[in-house]
Amino acid sequence: MHNRSESSADRVIEVEGLTKQYRVFDKPEGLWASVRGLFHRESRVIEALRGVDLRVNRGEFLAMLGPNGAGKTTFLKLLSGIITPTRGTARVLGHVPWERTDDFRRRFALVMGQKNQLWWDLPAAESFRLHQEIYRIEPRRFARIRDELVDMLQVGRLLGQPVRELSLGERMKLELVAALLHEPEVLFLDEPTIGLDVVAQHTIHEFLRRVQRQRSVTVILTTHYMKDVAALCERVVVVTSGSILYDGSLEQIVDRFTTHKVVTLDFEEPPPAEQVQRFGFPWEMRGPRVTLRIDRTQIAEVLPRLLADKQVRDVSVEDVPLEEIVAGLFRGASAAANTSTEPAGVE
Amino acid sequence: MSGGVLTDPEPVARSLPAGLHTWWRMLVICLEERLAYRSDFAIGTLMRFLPIVTQVFLWTAVFAASNRSDIAGYSRDNIVAYYLLTMITRAFSSMPGLAGGIARSIRDGSVKKYLIQPVDYVSFLLASRVAHKVVYYIVAIVPFAIVFFVCRGYFPAPPDGLTVLAYLLSLVLSFLLGFFLEATLGMIGFWFLEVSSIIFAYMLLQYLLSGHMFPIDMLEGIPTGLSGVSLADVVHWLPFQYTAYFPASVWLGKIQGWDLVLGLAVEVVWLVVMVLVCRLAWWRGTCRYSGFGG
Repeated sequence: MHNRSESSADRVIEVEGLTKQYRVFDKPEGLWASVRGLFHRESRVIEALRGVDLRVNRGEFLAMLGPNGAGKTTFLKLLSGIITPTRGTARVLGHVPWERTDDFRRRFALVMGQKNQLWWDLPAAESFRLHQEIYRIEPRRFARIRDELVDMLQVGRLLGQPVRELSLGERMKLELVAALLHEPEVLFLDEPTIGLDVVAQHTIHEFLRRVQRQRSVTVILTTHYMKDVAALCERVVVVTSGSILYDGSLEQIVDRFTTHKVVTLDFEEPPPAEQVQRFGFPWEMRGPRVTLRIDRTQIAEVLPRLLADKQVRDVSVEDVPLEEIVAGLFRGASAAANTSTEPAGVE
Repeated sequence: MSGGVLTDPEPVARSLPAGLHTWWRMLVICLEERLAYRSDFAIGTLMRFLPIVTQVFLWTAVFAASNRSDIAGYSRDNIVAYYLLTMITRAFSSMPGLAGGIARSIRDGSVKKYLIQPVDYVSFLLASRVAHKVVYYIVAIVPFAIVFFVCRGYFPAPPDGLTVLAYLLSLVLSFLLGFFLEATLGMIGFWFLEVSSIIFAYMLLQYLLSGHMFPIDMLEGIPTGLSGVSLADVVHWLPFQYTAYFPASVWLGKIQGWDLVLGLAVEVVWLVVMVLVCRLAWWRGTCRYSGFGG
């Protein structure tokens, strides 16, 4: 079944039927219920991942999108060997991650936007030295890589300051340096830009892109920001309710999951509603600006008619914003999970 | 392919001392971290002597009321010396915050760092605890010296060289045993999210059975239900006495000769057992770990 023609040496991540179930205990409200809970607790099983298959080749930069609780972080935890799966197999760089061999652990890194690996009360330079020891990095090589990374992010002046005194953005940059010191072949990023301002986000995008190209690192990134995805990733995997809903390029998401385009008309002055109504498409008006949602197949035919309107000053035709498409995908999937029919919006 | 990828550890790391070198670096970084809290230590150390004052008053009253010069083989001076010596043992064997810290790292997910990095969590904790202790001794030596100088009159003549050696050995072992007992306790966090009550119960038991509260010879004659076996006999085979009573009694010359050798041997056996149990708990715990906290 599998395509054997691709060289297996280039296959860095290979996941088959990966399933993770958690047992959670319901804690009912109220004192009496809590007392009863001491003797008997109701538990149920949550399926965080349901049989995920995924193959990633060396040098790919892959984004994982999905609503909260879709299983993205669980997936990264499994691939990093933090947790063991209920069923299924995974190989990262030829290793089973949850065996946690030192050889495997020297070859990858995980960065979490909401967790720090740096020592809170010490300057980052000290944490870097510890990493040098833990990862057994030869001193000269360590100094060279550290200086390179620090230069790229321009964080040299922050190295001597206790980490607790740094801003979130500064800390995240140093976290990335720490994670890359041992030149991992595989990098997992769990919401690395969460809570960062636009400038810091941009710096980190630039940095990740450079590092990834220079070292052909294989990266899996989970995020909620479409900006991250658009800036960095060729390949997008959409996960909802523990399964992969879409795996392909970012452009194709637009093609596959939208049937219409957004046409914006700028009028001289706000037109009467009946006039807009007459176009016969779903519409929205804000001042003199009207947006219409028009079926892609009809655009060529409709556009001249709109332009013929004397009061229209300007026209633009755009794809539906990515955020909206993805939000639609998420909603469709959760609706499908509830009614167990085909996910809405999937063709 | 990337030329810079480090697939093979550098030759420096392949030699044996690499592990030791890493350990040394962990120790240094922990030392630096601990030094940030040194003033906290100085005050804490002095406060620790306060309960002794209460104990001295209590025992003075007990001796006065009983009209005896000797209780379970301890004179009033002996008792004071005993409590001061258990302070030294506890300075080695007590592990403030260790079990709770491990349980917290499991609950809030910070333990993940040690699952991802090629480093052993228990070794790391041990290095960090050695650093913790070293900084503590540097700060605590002054208050300890003052108290012992003031109370020098309560002590019998110092023991011979061999006993002093055995005493020092028992202190080092008490540090290691205390560490592995509490580290194992902290690993319970893998099974129960809330371990503070378990830790509290352990502390209470340990306070009673280690000789920290009173010399465990005083349990002599308290029946256990088994014929001819007193509570003291049971407690003597448990690991707790090594974290307070045993070293103090060695210094006071109450445990000598064959008993001393046997006592140290049992301590080593307990240490080996606890190292293994701790390893097992870590292994089983990480297998069922579900990576809480995002």
